[in-house]
Amino acid sequence: MTTVPADVLHPPRTSLLSVADLGAEGIARVLRLSDHFVEIGRRPIPKVPALRGRTVATVFVEPSTRTRLSFETAARRLSADVVSFTPDTSSLGKGESLRDTVQTVAAMGVDCFVVRHASAGVPAQVARWTSRSVVNAGDGWHEHPTQALLDCATIRQALAERAGLRVADTGVELFDGLRVAVVGDVAHSRVARSNVLALGALGARVTLVAPGSLLPGSLAGWPVHGVTADLDAVLGEIDVCYVLRLQTERGAGAFVPSLREYTAGYGLTARRVARMAGDAIVMHPGPMVRGVEIADDVADLPRTVVLRQVANGVAVRMAVLFLLLGSDEQLASDELGAGAIHGGSAGARGSAHAEKRGAGRG
Amino acid sequence: MAERAGRAATGSSSTGPAPTVVVRGGTVLDEQGERRADVLVRDGRVVALHPDLDVPAGATVLDAGGCLVAPGLVDLHSHLRQPGAEEAETVETASRAAVLGGYSAVVAMPNTDPPIDDVSVARHVLELGREALCTVSVAGAITVGRAGERLAPMAELAGLGIRLFTDDGAGVQDGGLMRRALQYARALGVVLAQHCEDRAIAAGGVMHEGAWSSRLGLPGAPAAAEEAMVARDLALVGLTGAPMHFLHLSSAGSLALVAAAKAGGLPVTCEVAPHHLALTEAELAGYDPIFKVNPPLRAWRDVLALRRGCAEGLVDAVATDHAPHPPEAKDAPLDHAPPGMLGLQTAWAVTLGALHRGEPAYGEVEATAEGAWDRAVPGGAMRGMAGGGPVPAERSRGHLPVPATGGQVPVRARSGRLPARDSGGQVPTMTVRDVVGLLSWRPARIAGLAVDQGGEHGGPVVPGGFAHLCVLDPAEPWTVDGATLASRSRNTPWHGRRLTGTVRHMLVAGEPVVVAGEAQR
Repeated sequence: MTTVPADVLHPPRTSLLSVADLGAEGIARVLRLSDHFVEIGRRPIPKVPALRGRTVATVFVEPSTRTRLSFETAARRLSADVVSFTPDTSSLGKGESLRDTVQTVAAMGVDCFVVRHASAGVPAQVARWTSRSVVNAGDGWHEHPTQALLDCATIRQALAERAGLRVADTGVELFDGLRVAVVGDVAHSRVARSNVLALGALGARVTLVAPGSLLPGSLAGWPVHGVTADLDAVLGEIDVCYVLRLQTERGAGAFVPSLREYTAGYGLTARRVARMAGDAIVMHPGPMVRGVEIADDVADLPRTVVLRQVANGVAVRMAVLFLLLGSDEQLASDELGAGAIHGGSAGARGSAHAEKRGAGRG
Repeated sequence: MAERAGRAATGSSSTGPAPTVVVRGGTVLDEQGERRADVLVRDGRVVALHPDLDVPAGATVLDAGGCLVAPGLVDLHSHLRQPGAEEAETVETASRAAVLGGYSAVVAMPNTDPPIDDVSVARHVLELGREALCTVSVAGAITVGRAGERLAPMAELAGLGIRLFTDDGAGVQDGGLMRRALQYARALGVVLAQHCEDRAIAAGGVMHEGAWSSRLGLPGAPAAAEEAMVARDLALVGLTGAPMHFLHLSSAGSLALVAAAKAGGLPVTCEVAPHHLALTEAELAGYDPIFKVNPPLRAWRDVLALRRGCAEGLVDAVATDHAPHPPEAKDAPLDHAPPGMLGLQTAWAVTLGALHRGEPAYGEVEATAEGAWDRAVPGGAMRGMAGGGPVPAERSRGHLPVPATGGQVPVRARSGRLPARDSGGQVPTMTVRDVVGLLSWRPARIAGLAVDQGGEHGGPVVPGGFAHLCVLDPAEPWTVDGATLASRSRNTPWHGRRLTGTVRHMLVAGEPVVVAGEAQR
């Protein structure tokens, strides 16, 4: 029994702070929906009117070009307006508190904050400070939910191809019993936390591979199959090798004697890849440090799906924004065949509805 | 010298002759025992005790029906923030919070700006204390600027009557310097008090390192950071023979070390803070910096060990670590927000609930590894996204590990489920009088404020004794509202929560400074 009901301090609202919020069903829904957006991305004009009149603010207090561009592209392809904050261009640099910045922006009529911050928990704090939707775009060592979702989408594509199936005909049952190794700096990795949560929820068997100094202080409760310091011992028994970046900018370099020694023990080299099953894939959240955690030639192998991860990022983030900001009618029609997204009659109603709501908030 | 110094080191308020007061209908309780008695107070002293006292003409009568009449509480550990951070607290506002919390004396910690590492600053704070609603005693810094590099002028400060020295907020990292400080302090007859935290091991952690910090992605400070310095300092006490006081111990391991040292006859004392007796690391699940404190809120097994340490007499005092911070400082990312929480007005109720009534800790159930994993971040639910209702717990916890193969170690064998409430077994509860002792006469002696040390605090409540009296209602429930506390800051972890135990009246030097729960000035 928790004495203070959680919803007193943290009213439930439509935010994505942790991938655990979704559960297996929610993840499956995002993946299904992102299929539609992948298709839209292939069109000559990859844009739909689904979120016309809505405004998405990207608040990136930690440098990140890739994730910010991915979210902004996703929002624009849904016809949402985008405003963008970084410490350099905003009054955050003048000493204004993040809380004041957020509330000021909210007062302008923003519908959704996409928040990246070097400190864990900031998206949860922002969600307390405003009634708008909040998407965690990466907070400290905590989580990066959309990264895990795009990774799941990428794995699903690879598994479908392996099984000779159309992606759209597959569900998350493909993940059941999937053997995944997450290799490297787990302690300081939000990507690792979100992926362990998402893959664990989908029934995958995740093994953490890292030296003790790069593991978190406790693994109690982590939904993982096992943990080992011996990468070579697991290579032959995995379907996915997920290589984490060694976060030297966060001081992770001090957690191993040298990059040379780290690479010798945990770097994914061609020799190591040769021990993996022929259809096993290699993933990396980027940016890759070639020659440290992943060898240059491995990074460019066909089984290394890094660029596919990036491509899926836009579609998955479109799905998340649509689920958060779309009207109830749109979401209902999504279940009936994605008419809203494609601008059908249901979509027209939905957009009008959204505009009405947006105007009311402005 | 001790007698003269003990009095000089405190600023006692005096605003003319105090009225004659009769505290009627309560149970008098002090180190010597408890008895039903009315208490007659005149000229700052207890004049008479009798089960049915005649009220003299013109006397103020304070109703103490159903209440305990005890020596005023003594806080060994208050951050009054003056000078330097008056936006957070002042000596005056803190003293108002103190008397509303039942305290007749507080020891001001020296981590002010400038710090109390110099006679002029110490005099300034003592001067401010003379206008305060309770006695304000001062602790001096061990090192200049609390920088841990060279000794502060301890003899000069001791000349003002200062008896406790600490760099609180930080531990003295240099063991060689700490040894010299202990050797020097011993000759002065003063006590060094350590904030035990090995900075290198703590490594900037913002919460207790364990299942919750791992799940939340927050840098953790392991209990070992505290325990390493406790162990080092116990060795130095053995080496130098100088007495030492351990501030705000928070881990089971620290108490085990102190227990062994006391059994070996070392002259050490220790305190724990009320929040460490009642709250766990699970409070951080919502990333609210209100719950950031140093030492951090720890695991349930640590809470149980602290309660047990109190019940078994190992712990010498409960001290608040009252640490006000203004709202703007706490409205920051967790790793930027300063550590600390208010304590003076809630200490009595929280301590009574934990040690006498044996109430479960807030967040107790969630203070398990599985709780950390299942609950994730409250409030993050994507309404409408999860589809068909909540995910079954079996699923969200992931799969149970299968027997290890090759070089793999099953996770649960390595770390396992965090100990839940069963790990500590039954913790004996304490009598109300023993709880009051932890808050009053026992800390009074550590602070050098007890009557037999030339001070005025900690009782006993006898004719001729000093009339620093609190009238405590152990049964009255109340809901904490941060905005109505007397502190200039609002950073109480108890906001909106219900506690049982109030302070009905408070007499300081015979003056009724709190009547019916209201401060009189």
